[in-house]
Amino acid sequence: MIAGGQAWRHLRHDRAAWTCLVFLGLVLLASLSAPLLPLPSPVAIALQEEPEAPVAPWRETFRHGFRPDDRDLSWIDARLDELRQDLFGDLQTAPWLGTDAKGRDLLSRVVWGSRTSILAAIAATFASLVLGVTWGAVAGLAGGRVDNWMMRAVDALQSLPFIFLVIFLIGIVGEYRAELAERFGIDREVVFYLVIGAVSWLTMARLVRGQVLALRKSAFVEAARVAGASGPRILLVHVLPNVMGVVVVCLTLTIPSVMLFEAFLSFLGLGIEPPKVSWGILAADGTEAINPIRIAWWLVAAPAAAMGSVLFALNVVGDGLRDALDPRHPGNR
Amino acid sequence: MIGFLARRLVGFAVTLGVVVTASFFLMRAVRGGPFDAERRLDPAIERNLRSRYHLDWPAWKQFLQYVGPLNLDERGAVALGGDGSRAFGGVLAGDFGPSLRYRDQTVGDLLSQSLPISLALGTFALLWAVLLGLAAGVLSAVRRGTRLDFAVRLLATAFVALPNFVVASVLVILLAFLVPLLPVAGWGSWRHLVLPALALGAPVAAHVARLARTGMLETLSQDFVRAARAKGLPERLVILRHALPGALLPVASYLGPAAAGVLTGSLVIERIFAIPGAGSHFVNSALNRDYTLAMGVTIVYCALVYALNSLVDVAYRLLDPRIETEAA
Repeated sequence: MIAGGQAWRHLRHDRAAWTCLVFLGLVLLASLSAPLLPLPSPVAIALQEEPEAPVAPWRETFRHGFRPDDRDLSWIDARLDELRQDLFGDLQTAPWLGTDAKGRDLLSRVVWGSRTSILAAIAATFASLVLGVTWGAVAGLAGGRVDNWMMRAVDALQSLPFIFLVIFLIGIVGEYRAELAERFGIDREVVFYLVIGAVSWLTMARLVRGQVLALRKSAFVEAARVAGASGPRILLVHVLPNVMGVVVVCLTLTIPSVMLFEAFLSFLGLGIEPPKVSWGILAADGTEAINPIRIAWWLVAAPAAAMGSVLFALNVVGDGLRDALDPRHPGNR
Repeated sequence: MIGFLARRLVGFAVTLGVVVTASFFLMRAVRGGPFDAERRLDPAIERNLRSRYHLDWPAWKQFLQYVGPLNLDERGAVALGGDGSRAFGGVLAGDFGPSLRYRDQTVGDLLSQSLPISLALGTFALLWAVLLGLAAGVLSAVRRGTRLDFAVRLLATAFVALPNFVVASVLVILLAFLVPLLPVAGWGSWRHLVLPALALGAPVAAHVARLARTGMLETLSQDFVRAARAKGLPERLVILRHALPGALLPVASYLGPAAAGVLTGSLVIERIFAIPGAGSHFVNSALNRDYTLAMGVTIVYCALVYALNSLVDVAYRLLDPRIETEAA
């Protein structure tokens, strides 16, 4: 394990990884500030204005006559929306990426849809960090029979093709949605993110456990134990900081797979539900719009490009991080 | 080795048992149920239907009936008060019960029609993906640093990132509409197989190519390869005979997850291409609340993935004797 600062320097010198990191930062920024951008509403159906929807991309640059978003925006989003009115007035982008079959602006839908992917990524990151790291670290530190049972549970869960169970469970949860909303105040979307979190921590637990197992025998942990440090203190102060490299690399692998999983479920109609937007829903819309009479290729190309570029960038950053944190890598000696 | 397999089998059986039990009682507890139509059924008909599907039994008895292996209704074993015409039933006897949506078919019937289709598609996809991925990965490692290497790496990273349903849509637009070579959807001839298999295998091929490239590079830098070169073996022989087995190891260990990925990917691909396989049955059953069908497909696919994973693990340990079977 090499120091974080050194790894960061290596990453700076990896031009591909650095470019991708900057790109991901821009995507995150655009996604978070979506209400601030002069984009038309992603959900308002506008068939009167676009009589021949879907409209092909790039026919004009800007148009006037912004229609307010009639969705319930969160407090922050509403403030951003007010700021947009001050900045751009009634100016809005013309359909730069075209519109879909219902006349909704595709660029706006892609930008707003990225929020779903990011939420899924956050859910998975949170579960991996809290559940996965704790589970793995406790198993590794405890050792013996406890370790054996904890890892056997992970093995058993991993041996199942989770997607089937998840789809099955989401189908059943759909039956209880009214009760869930009434009694616990959660809707299917929350259940969906919970499920995503629940399936994404297993690899993390396994990797962290392996790393902790190696660290447990190291001299400085022994020294801390001899000095009388308590179990939690050893875990938090001595072990976890040294596991961070593995954790970061594992996260860069988990996040793309979770984004794919989200898109996959939404595509099948089991994840996010319209009128909410996600890249999976956009891809499903695009697939539905394929017909031999008029090929609306942009409906397929836009979500494909969005998903492809973000996941590609995540993979490149992950590879770069792995190299930067690998002490055996030529540049790190 | 046998101890290792036995322990995994026990773990798998326990997990699946917990899953089946939990989902069985969960789906029994769901309000409404499969016979909720817009039109209220005649009470007599509904009573008949409920007794036909044993919904009038207490939950524990329904569960025992579902799991098996003994049939508990009037045709069950004589010792249980039946007439003995059908003593066994339930999941343990290979009977997943009647489908709740397709009224006159059992889950077993539906599976026996649809599973071969899914398996054919999956096998074909896996086959081309592994062969092409392996060839591309090895070639790119041998020609390290050339333009070919760069192209393979770029394509592999791109296809790892693209979901297979996006690949499928693009393929349909390109090869079915712009250049009308292949049918858009459906099932029947080998021409119907090409596009779905390509889309289904693309991510797997990309993963295999990356793994094969890394494995090959690692092996090529080893001393025994240098020794083989030093004793004057032709390069082709060095690569094929000495280095390739090393590159195969990481690919072999990926085959289990790859098979699982192809199976799950087929859920979407079968839907896009309107293929009447088990995957599309499963998605429809989850959406239609056909619980017995959904559970049947889940159990069969879990068992399939488990069997494939175990097979791959055994093969892996045979390929590389250094792996400790006990450690896993």
